[in-house]
Amino acid sequence: MSATTEPQQTNAATAQPETMTWDSRSRRMVTIYVPLVCFLIILLFPFYWMTITAFKPNAELYDYGRHNPFWISSPTLDHIRLLLFGTAYPRWLMTTMIVSVCATVLSLLSSTLAAYAIQRLRYKGSQYVGLAIYLAYLVPPSILFIPLATMVFQLGLFDSPMALILVYPTFLIPFCTWLLIGYFKSIPFELEECALIDGATRLQILWQITLPLAVPGLISAGIFSFTLSWNEFIYALAFIQSSENKTVPVAILTELVTGDVYQWGALMAGSLLGSLPVAIFYSFFVDYYVSSLTGAVKE
Amino acid sequence: MSVTAEQQVWVRQARAQSALSKLFDWKPFLVVMCMLPAVGLLAVFLTYPLGLGIWLAFTDTTIGRSGRWVGLENFEYMLEDPIWWNAVFFSVFYTGVATIGKFGLGLWLALLLNNHLPFKSMLRAIILLPWIVPTVLTAIAFWWIYNPQFSIISWMFIELGLRDTNIDFINTAWPARWSLIGANIWRGIPFVAISLLAGLQTISPSLYEAALLDGSTGWQRFRYITFPMLLPILAIVMTFSIIFTFTDFQLVYAITRGGPVNSTHLLATLAFQRGIPGGQLGEGAAIAVSMIPFLVFATLFSYFALARRKWQQGESND
Repeated sequence: MSATTEPQQTNAATAQPETMTWDSRSRRMVTIYVPLVCFLIILLFPFYWMTITAFKPNAELYDYGRHNPFWISSPTLDHIRLLLFGTAYPRWLMTTMIVSVCATVLSLLSSTLAAYAIQRLRYKGSQYVGLAIYLAYLVPPSILFIPLATMVFQLGLFDSPMALILVYPTFLIPFCTWLLIGYFKSIPFELEECALIDGATRLQILWQITLPLAVPGLISAGIFSFTLSWNEFIYALAFIQSSENKTVPVAILTELVTGDVYQWGALMAGSLLGSLPVAIFYSFFVDYYVSSLTGAVKE
Repeated sequence: MSVTAEQQVWVRQARAQSALSKLFDWKPFLVVMCMLPAVGLLAVFLTYPLGLGIWLAFTDTTIGRSGRWVGLENFEYMLEDPIWWNAVFFSVFYTGVATIGKFGLGLWLALLLNNHLPFKSMLRAIILLPWIVPTVLTAIAFWWIYNPQFSIISWMFIELGLRDTNIDFINTAWPARWSLIGANIWRGIPFVAISLLAGLQTISPSLYEAALLDGSTGWQRFRYITFPMLLPILAIVMTFSIIFTFTDFQLVYAITRGGPVNSTHLLATLAFQRGIPGGQLGEGAAIAVSMIPFLVFATLFSYFALARRKWQQGESND
């Protein structure tokens, strides 16, 4: 089916204007708005379900007979309270935040320098280095976590957030470098030429001219890195053992599910709170997300 | 774009430079300094582990004991292991079905979003949400949605009179497989849709105008303009998607842990189970390494099957 906006080809001599507009409008309703609304409902339903479960008292949670499951009659904060005061949840949030911020800063620093060198200094073979860094993104963590686990063990970093801070850049640097190369390309190099003629050193140019102009690109790379670090699971699961050093995604899955008793309300509250920082971050910078995603595809 | 020699001489005379800043202006040194952090980190934590992983696959390393070289023993054991074969089957099946689902629905959604709609930017923002939120956390939400006793989907079906018992989503093999694929498709749609939407927006409207003048139908416009122009982007996005779906870990680990009776193990979750809680690092590494040929094949296939058209058409889409 097609969804182009052009009105249907009708024989202009016989068709009356009203019927034509009505016809195309109802057609638009059926072919565009109905499927779109269905998509939206399906894509958002799990979030709605997560939220509503997090605030439902247990009596309603496990009794669909007397309560409509889609609504809450008496919302409660019990699950949130249990999570914040009955578990190490604040601690997990803190750890995740520290790991994400440190890994992001480390990756941004390395990627900026690398992208600048590849895009602007244009040394021999720089395209190949760029390609190699880009290909590194295609090496999935699922293949690397076992050898990395042995390395982390030998380095004495097992069960420490430091291990995550050092390992996360492996999937952040390729992404950021690639994004920033694209961004540096869009900055006119004539500016740098002028600065060179005026006797600025390369570092001065990078610091005073290129970087200030690349701030939007840096923000994009930064929020993407932060999100990817926050969401990372397999390394955090493999390298961290003790409860207090776990990151939120791992902790919710491994610490809140004890034995056969599933605290569904607390589980959903944990998922909701764990998603919030990323979602809030995202809502502030949504244009950056979309543009860096689409920009990355266009490259 | 270099400065002429005369100007360079003039620059050097104009300012006395400190030795350090001279060093940093010497290009080879500057390049090395700029590349060092990124390349160093990647070499130590990506390239080396990749080699180490392949080496580990040929040893009988366990947690806390470095291994001896055992040659192909791990692989021989793997090939006789029905659980590994099942994981291979499910990885291929999961990737195939989920990719078709993601791209079919994602393309449809992208086409819908490519119309003149009210609140377009807000719509895009909402649609990307499933892709932004941590996978494990949405997986837990799906786990709750698929709960044998309190599944909301079962409840709706029963209320609507379509069934009279709860649907058994995750406690038997085939329903569990389909449930996982459903969750994976749900998570993949936004990324595919937004990427393809970017591709759609680069197609020049004049092509559609010309086609309209020639009296084309909507289907023809899609078949002969939209689809061929999208192929290059489709190839890139699909390559990525296939790699990350095949090596997926989080959804399966969170929802079924590879159960019931190992029927929903992907190669990644099986490698994890053997390697980390099971402690057989060598065996786990062998299973992880066994993913590489599939990945190389899938990458080449998706890339060449789709991208070759690009130069046949003799025009790029940028």
